[in-house]
Amino acid sequence: MSDTLLSIRNLRIEATSYPPGEAPRDVVLVDDVSVDLQKGRVLGLIGESGAGKSTIGLSSMAFGRGGVRLTGGSILLNGRDIRLADARALRGLRGREVTYVAQSAAAAFNPALPLMEQVIEAALHHGMMSRAEAEARAVGLFRTLGLPNPESFGARYPHQVSGGQLQRAMTAMALCPKPDLVVFDEPTTALDVTTQIDVLAAIKDAIRDTGVAALYITHDLAVVAQVADDILVLRHGKRVEYGTTGQIITAPREAYTQALVSVRSIDHQEKPAAPAVLSVQNVTARYRGTSFDVLKNVTLDLPAGQTLAVVGESGSGKSTLARAITGLLPPTQGRITFAGRELSRDQRSRSRDDLREVQMIYQMADTAMNPRQTVGTIIGRPLEFYFGLKGEAKRARIQDLLDQIEMGKGYIDRYPAELSGGQKQRVCIARALAAKPRLIICDEVTSALDPLVADGILKLLLNLQAREGVAYLFITHDLATVKAIADRIAVMYRGEVVRYGSKTDVLTPPFDDYTDLLLSSVPEMELGWLEAVLKHRKMASAGN
Amino acid sequence: MRMPFSALLGLIFTGAFFFAAIFAPLIAPYDMAEVVGGVWDPVSATHWFGTDAIGRDMLTRMIYGGQTTIFVASAATILSFVLGSILGFTAAVTGGWVDQILSRIVDLIMAIPSLILALVILSVTPVTLTVLILVMGLLDATRVFRLSRAVAVDITVMDYVEAARLRGEGWAWIIFREILPNALSPLVAELGLRFIFAVLFISTLSFLGLGIQPPLADWGGIVKENSAGLVYGIPAALIPAFAIAALAISVNLVADWVLSRTTSLKGGRG
Repeated sequence: MSDTLLSIRNLRIEATSYPPGEAPRDVVLVDDVSVDLQKGRVLGLIGESGAGKSTIGLSSMAFGRGGVRLTGGSILLNGRDIRLADARALRGLRGREVTYVAQSAAAAFNPALPLMEQVIEAALHHGMMSRAEAEARAVGLFRTLGLPNPESFGARYPHQVSGGQLQRAMTAMALCPKPDLVVFDEPTTALDVTTQIDVLAAIKDAIRDTGVAALYITHDLAVVAQVADDILVLRHGKRVEYGTTGQIITAPREAYTQALVSVRSIDHQEKPAAPAVLSVQNVTARYRGTSFDVLKNVTLDLPAGQTLAVVGESGSGKSTLARAITGLLPPTQGRITFAGRELSRDQRSRSRDDLREVQMIYQMADTAMNPRQTVGTIIGRPLEFYFGLKGEAKRARIQDLLDQIEMGKGYIDRYPAELSGGQKQRVCIARALAAKPRLIICDEVTSALDPLVADGILKLLLNLQAREGVAYLFITHDLATVKAIADRIAVMYRGEVVRYGSKTDVLTPPFDDYTDLLLSSVPEMELGWLEAVLKHRKMASAGN
Repeated sequence: MRMPFSALLGLIFTGAFFFAAIFAPLIAPYDMAEVVGGVWDPVSATHWFGTDAIGRDMLTRMIYGGQTTIFVASAATILSFVLGSILGFTAAVTGGWVDQILSRIVDLIMAIPSLILALVILSVTPVTLTVLILVMGLLDATRVFRLSRAVAVDITVMDYVEAARLRGEGWAWIIFREILPNALSPLVAELGLRFIFAVLFISTLSFLGLGIQPPLADWGGIVKENSAGLVYGIPAALIPAFAIAALAISVNLVADWVLSRTTSLKGGRG
């Protein structure tokens, strides 16, 4: 086949892992993966974290991150095996035939140089174009990618443009030297949902216009369905399923793929109205030393034993709302009433019972647990602190809580580093439950988790709610999660609640402009969704 | 985990130095102030390290000198760590004006070269062991304060510290249970380093005549007493110098090992 650009055969990738306190051992990251990519096509690599998708993506430029070794198989790029190519040959290849778009554009740009210098660097370095030609091409790419003022955009510095624009600038950087293949490594994962859609559309246009082939790496099947022609599903470094995008999302053959496709399928019936356990009235808050209100006149009610989802993009003030309720950021105005009594504004002047009844679960379970404490200490401390439990009674209760979070025996003496991501989040849930709270604030608790693991956590939270009658204030940017668990929804935009009510009311038209934008921006798992939605937008992206 | 060879070596030497220091009266062959030979007698079977400028046994002087050096350095290091780390953690946890006042005082002290500051203080106060330890400990505490504050500031912004605050924990739990275990690794490394600096500092002071006063002696003082001999090719002054270097290296080897052990997050805290 003359039009095959990249042909990976029986690829095997290994690395040496150095577990603390143990002897180093070799681990296989990618095992026996074969895939072909034709010129001008887009291949989506999909899988959970640790599936080896980034590793395979980087291997297409014969690169292994920190100690990763390509130990077997072949990687044919334009007919040459690059797996064993020497450094000199690879230098000629990278940035010329293959380029790379990283997840975090903010970390990938040099903050001290204007964007143009960095966008044209590879083309100049390889002597492919003169500076004037490269700059002209860059300006053309800026235009294709829908960047504002393409003529002068390159003169800006990375901190002067938004996150979505920076990600598009990086796409321009990758496309500038006219590569044959671009590796997109989760290019939209770090972006807000309304920004993601613009970047996605821009990337898709740019791929179509330049006729470049691409590897598109993501964990979000709905996203990859919009840009890819074919999809390779990976798990634990092995190939699960390969097919056209249409086949994978409409008729997946493997059980794992079916689970991925149907992951957002929790069926949660909205509960009837009930008296409020938490009532936030006209709360306004700002950070110390600033003159900008991060929360403006926020009023919300959370019925006892129910879930209020607070949705919004980053910067909308949803986490600040959590800090105001917990008293970490005392509001400048307004009242917070909890279970019929008014909560003191400052957390330090709240009674121990007030503190006990409002618990919090964090986004990053890694940083929410002291790495030097065992699971037993982490869960046991609230028991000891609030209820004075000691010795055997405490240990029995810890085990009881571990059973409730479906972790069973053998975890009590482990350290957080010995747990998986999902288990860590479960331990954080157990720590919150240990205090027997009436309200748990969940701050993006599933955002850092893989979809299947996140699904398990959501189901656990719903079960616990049914059993313990605890109310959740659920902060998230993910509307699929909201649909799965909320009873009431508050939509926040720039510090204000723009829409609030029961789940059915909020998700039923007519919408206000922002809610419409937000709802329509959530990628759906169907072909052609991106084009359809871009035609019907009322409001430009909020993050732009 | 198996102990690496370097750590074993360090541990043996450090142990030997401390053993000699603790049991000095039992090991030393002669009395410290006893004149037992001629001026700068060479190495012999009765005087393993020879004799010093006025005919005292060099080995005996070294053992008693080591006792003083190690005692003063240890006491000063412990004082500086207890004081510096508690104040540093408190500054990081409380923040605000407490942090401002403590940090500015420390800046002020650190702005003056510590040797000069120590010489000034010691020249106006009676030079006793207690005063020496206090001066050295307080001056060193400023360095420990800076380090522990810097480490703790990074830790206090972690979610688990916030979780502890939200639970209503007092400062003692937050400092000793949440922050200290996570700050231990850099502090242990610093402890080894600070101990060595303390050894060098007390030796410097004694060499300059403002440290340990006769009849007591420490290694710095022994270098001073015998330095005149170097002109005549008599190596007596090199013996304490070598001892200082050997102690420094062996303590650091041990500190390195403890550091690598405490960095492990899966149990096994040194």
